[in-house]
Amino acid sequence: MGNWIQRREVTLTIIIFLFIGLVSLRAPGFALPSNMYDVLNDTAVLMLAATAQFLVLLTGGIDLSIPSIMALTGMSLAMLNMKVPLLPIPVVVALAILVGLIQGGLNGLFVGVFRIPSIITTLGTMAMYRALVFLLSGGQWVSAHEMSESFKNIPHTPFLGISGILWYTAIVVCLVGIFLTYSRWGRFVYAVGGNRTAARLVGISGSKVDGLVFLLSGAISGLAGLLYVTRYAAAQTDSALGYELQAVAACVIGGVSVSGGSGTILGVVLGAFFLGLLYNALTVVNLSPFYQMALQGFAILVAIVANTVVNQKNQKTMLAKRKLI
Amino acid sequence: MKVEGLGIQEQRILYSRGWQERLFNLFRSWEVVLTIIFFVVMAVGASLSPFFLDWGNLLETTFNFTEKAIIALPMMFIILCGDIDVSVGSIVALASLAMGAAAQAQMPTPVLVVVGLMVGLAAGMLNGFLITRFGIPAIAVTIGTQSLFRGISQAVLGDQAYTQYPADFAYLGQGYFPGTHVPFQLVLFLVLATGTGILLHRTTFGRKVYAIGRNPVASRFSGVPVDTIRFLIFSWAGLFSGLAAILLTSRIGSTRPNIAMGFELDAITSVVLGGVAITGGFGGIYGVVLANFLLGYLKFAMGLINIPGRVMNFVTGALLILSVIIGETFKRLRKGR
Repeated sequence: MGNWIQRREVTLTIIIFLFIGLVSLRAPGFALPSNMYDVLNDTAVLMLAATAQFLVLLTGGIDLSIPSIMALTGMSLAMLNMKVPLLPIPVVVALAILVGLIQGGLNGLFVGVFRIPSIITTLGTMAMYRALVFLLSGGQWVSAHEMSESFKNIPHTPFLGISGILWYTAIVVCLVGIFLTYSRWGRFVYAVGGNRTAARLVGISGSKVDGLVFLLSGAISGLAGLLYVTRYAAAQTDSALGYELQAVAACVIGGVSVSGGSGTILGVVLGAFFLGLLYNALTVVNLSPFYQMALQGFAILVAIVANTVVNQKNQKTMLAKRKLI
Repeated sequence: MKVEGLGIQEQRILYSRGWQERLFNLFRSWEVVLTIIFFVVMAVGASLSPFFLDWGNLLETTFNFTEKAIIALPMMFIILCGDIDVSVGSIVALASLAMGAAAQAQMPTPVLVVVGLMVGLAAGMLNGFLITRFGIPAIAVTIGTQSLFRGISQAVLGDQAYTQYPADFAYLGQGYFPGTHVPFQLVLFLVLATGTGILLHRTTFGRKVYAIGRNPVASRFSGVPVDTIRFLIFSWAGLFSGLAAILLTSRIGSTRPNIAMGFELDAITSVVLGGVAITGGFGGIYGVVLANFLLGYLKFAMGLINIPGRVMNFVTGALLILSVIIGETFKRLRKGR
């Protein structure tokens, strides 16, 4: 019984409620459902980026190329929209996922087949994809008036009273959750992250799992890039800059271990939501938005230290239990 | 056939017979290949533009990369240990911020230098402390501090900039060694690189760093103070990032929150291109120093034919990945023998 209270999802939910209460003292409108809905809409892209990062972190790797994949996908789709404004939306979404998948596949090739550490691979491809955005666009923007109405409405079109961007996010989050919990390969991801050698000994290929998570990460980042560009109705070379750090922050706040093997999708979603609340609260309490990056860095450090301390405590109690038997 | 217990060098000497084999072995040394690539880059650069192969230009260009090269020196030790530091660019921003604030308060140049070095050192010590005290992977800690350090300079400066620096501060990043056309920065880098080389190849500290990179657990069991050494190296990286901040701030004469953005990519690329194994334990000073010049002159050549900076980053990123692939292939070739 006492176990569930120690779960990060539970503590984080409590912290979120406390935080909302605290900010409401300063600004009573903060807790209103309409504001919460706005925060959710603002955080949806970050949730997708965090989900992409989460899959890679689970294997003990890291994906720094997420913002560049987002920018390149967003830019190529926006430029395609300029040429072919009447392309049906499902095709646009499918293309975004495909473009992201190709970039993620390249990452997966380097990490899975050539066995280059993910940090090096994605540091390299981060610069390369970003350079391609520049080459593709010639440094130009694609701005709102150059995009077709249907393209700009992708994140806004409501269905059952809920905006499109939230539907896309919810579907991706649920699919990833089901994949990780109920599918064979999903369990393999946890196994490889938990102990790569042990996983290999029971016949799970670490390379294939690495390749798979980078493919998925790329596909999700591609969709996130499309939603980013359509939501802000502008595609530029610097789109989504810094999202890799925000994504890592959301994951570690949500209790994902950076050494791999532990964490849940629910924690990641809550972590991203908490960050969204934090950014929203900054403006509400009249703090400059320039504080955002410093706060986020501080949150990352606090969260990883907390995660490590909790993990070490857990391991000690597990060892103690084993001795009792 | 193999004799157990012998190093690669000894085996190579023992089994190399005849000039073909000796030549083959020579080409398996990354440093030699790198030297050849360096001359190829110089030749290509010279053929692209008549302004490339000019002593004045070649010396002047070093201004653009000695700051990164100075950070690459401790970065080499970090990677040799099997760690990584992606916060160096942000440490430069933080140290530059502190110097800007001090300059705003009418402090003289020596004080600015001390402030830059101390802030860098403190930032590096924070990295080292979090990594070794809590046993958190270096990549996770430095991603957090990357955001924190640059975030602090963003919070303080916002969309402003510090541009008021004392007149004699400019010498550090813009001056020449007295009586010559050699940039002061370049001389400083070469001195530091020599010192680093001696530390790595001629002291027990260096040997311990290699030991940690090859097997940290075995090193610990053999009495190597692994965490102390890692702490020292991360602190050193902070100190040299502070030094780079002094040179860079002095050279461009202003501090903005986005100063030194992406320095980590260049520093890590030059170390890996220089033949240091990303998994730690292999590599030497000569390759890293050469790789810095190679990368710097490659960018100079690209600049001469009007390639924009962002596209140069494509080349840097591709070089990073390629050099790791080639490095791993080399390692496999050596093992295959």
